[in-house]
Amino acid sequence: MKILVPVKRVVDYNVKVRPSSDGSNVDLTNVKMSINPFCEIAVEEAVRIKEAGNADEIIVLSIGPSKAQEQLRSSMALGADRAVLIETEEALEPLAVAKCIKAIVDKEQVDLIILGKQSIDGDNNQTGQMLAALCGYAQATFASELAVGEGSVRVTREIDGGLETLELKLPAVVTTDLRLNEPRYAALPNIMKAKKKPLEIIALAELGVDTAARTQLLSVAAPEERKAGVKVASVDELLDKLKNEAKVIS
Amino acid sequence: MSVLVIAEHDNAQLKAVTLNACAAAKAINDDVHLLVIGTNCGPVVEAASKIAGIQKVLLAEASYYEHQLAEELAPLIASLADQYTHVLAAATSNGKNVLPRAAALHDCQLISEIIKIVDEQTFCRPIYAGNVIATVKSLDSVKFLSIRPTAFDALAADGGSAVVESIGALDALSLSVFDSQTLAKSDRPDLSAADIVVSGGRGLQSSENFELLYTLADKLQAAVGASRAAVDAGFVANDLQVGQTGKVVAPELYIAIGISGAIQHLAGMKESKVIVAINKDEDAPIFQVSDYGLVADLFDVLPELSEKLS
Ligand SMILES: Cc1cc2nc3c(=O)[nH]c(=O)nc-3n(C[C@H](O)[C@H](O)[C@H](O)COP(=O)(O)OP(=O)(O)OC[C@H]3O[C@@H](n4cnc5c(N)ncnc54)[C@H](O)[C@@H]3O)c2cc1C
Ligand SMILES: Nc1ncnc2c1ncn2[C@@H]1O[C@H](COP(=O)(O)O)[C@@H](O)[C@H]1O
Repeated sequence: MKILVPVKRVVDYNVKVRPSSDGSNVDLTNVKMSINPFCEIAVEEAVRIKEAGNADEIIVLSIGPSKAQEQLRSSMALGADRAVLIETEEALEPLAVAKCIKAIVDKEQVDLIILGKQSIDGDNNQTGQMLAALCGYAQATFASELAVGEGSVRVTREIDGGLETLELKLPAVVTTDLRLNEPRYAALPNIMKAKKKPLEIIALAELGVDTAARTQLLSVAAPEERKAGVKVASVDELLDKLKNEAKVIS
Repeated sequence: MSVLVIAEHDNAQLKAVTLNACAAAKAINDDVHLLVIGTNCGPVVEAASKIAGIQKVLLAEASYYEHQLAEELAPLIASLADQYTHVLAAATSNGKNVLPRAAALHDCQLISEIIKIVDEQTFCRPIYAGNVIATVKSLDSVKFLSIRPTAFDALAADGGSAVVESIGALDALSLSVFDSQTLAKSDRPDLSAADIVVSGGRGLQSSENFELLYTLADKLQAAVGASRAAVDAGFVANDLQVGQTGKVVAPELYIAIGISGAIQHLAGMKESKVIVAINKDEDAPIFQVSDYGLVADLFDVLPELSEKLS
């Protein structure tokens, strides 16, 4: 089995992002960039499947700037075999990203695509579902457990109110939730080895995919900040405030 | 032309978030249709037709619609989309699962988790864990939108009398098969809809200690929530996670206990009307968004609170 894992280069989760001074976009100068945490979980899951003898090859794919090679290298340090970068300086929308991923799915004939459920910059939560639609494949979003079977995968999903288990025909698309696994740290020898693994770069234009923007970002703004309130000294004072000032309990 | 809303339900019950999605739809256009896809979902259709201000309920029934599988629902939604200007669903785990698939089948770019409608093609949505609000204009012919339920006041559940029109099901694709479901049974109010939410974090230390929090929640008739750290540690079930990647809540009162206040957690609760934090670290970031902060050991405070509420 061949597994494809699309990974996105995003702002590190510890960074508190702010709008640029003209409010046209967010200010990302000199902020730390990382692999999207959900994508890291996706890479880890693919590596575990391969380690269990259920996959032959893991390809990681990023659609993004030249610097996304860093995130592809770290994915290979975790255990992916080779990487593809579709290079573009533009930030593409999920539908366009899904179309790019589909082009690679078709070319590489993969059996399983594991994506993150959400990129923590755009918070879209769309690409996996869109890719599954475009390919006509089965999908299981928000996976917390994945087991590979004969021509199928069994996925337990986190849903509102509990868990659900589905059996998907392969090829299929799975998106990861936080509880699927805990990604390993890359060992130094593996980081060195990753530098020598193949990384193919394709210019976006070469792909021949329609990536025209369907939305226009008009402006960004900081949300209304909450003011810090008061500190209370005791449970009695807290209850008094909640009853008589805020009037939220009786 | 009208606006289409996808009903959220489990064949027996129409979920309350549908009323919030309908409210968002009404803010775009008065002519709103509600699509119910399911199997033997009579009670859902009845509830749907009573929502105040809905013109029409469309009903598609087939056995393979029972479990709301995205592969089966999305083509049906996409096939209807051309008759509408907008297609909306609540941004629940179900809505997030199905709507992007339908949008892609229709070659449209969904705009997710909108919190405000500026005009019929312009919408606001939080990005970067709610640190920034983006105003986005859609250039697509049909606008697919998932809406954050807490940002729109629900329509009244009764007073309406919409006509119900049955539409044909599409053929089953059978790409995936439903196997099983385990739903947490709880007598407490639903987290997404409760007036009061009491949430616990890593500070609670164990699932046994969460009993202290349950006692308080029951005194307040509150729903229980949790931080990711508490869920990852196995103190509570995953569907209680509040935050950027969990549930977004906006109750009248949110009480955060033993939660530090990471941005990912704040993203899910900072729209609450009144926020209370109980934490033994006076510098915990949660205090920066709290109306009332109590610096104390939760193991002293929780029993005292529960007792004084009796
Ligand atoms: C991709 C990604 C997504 C995430 N999504 C979410 C999400 O949706 N929701 C979420 O919550 N987090 C999320 N997180 C995790 C988030 O970054 C924090 O790690 C998490 O919220 C911390 O949980 P906590 O506050 O319970 O734990 P901690 O940060 O460890 O805080 C525990 C607090 O308890 C206090 N405490 C300890 N003992 C006591 C006591 N006896 N009495 C009183 N106070 C006490 C401490 O002072 C401390 O402030 C996400 C992280 C990533 C990377
Ligand atoms: N530019 C990209 N390059 C590679 N993968 C991506 C890209 N954008 C999104 N993805 C994948 O899609 C997932 C969900 O992203 P999103 O739909 O943007 O929330 C991510 O976790 C990635 O696995």
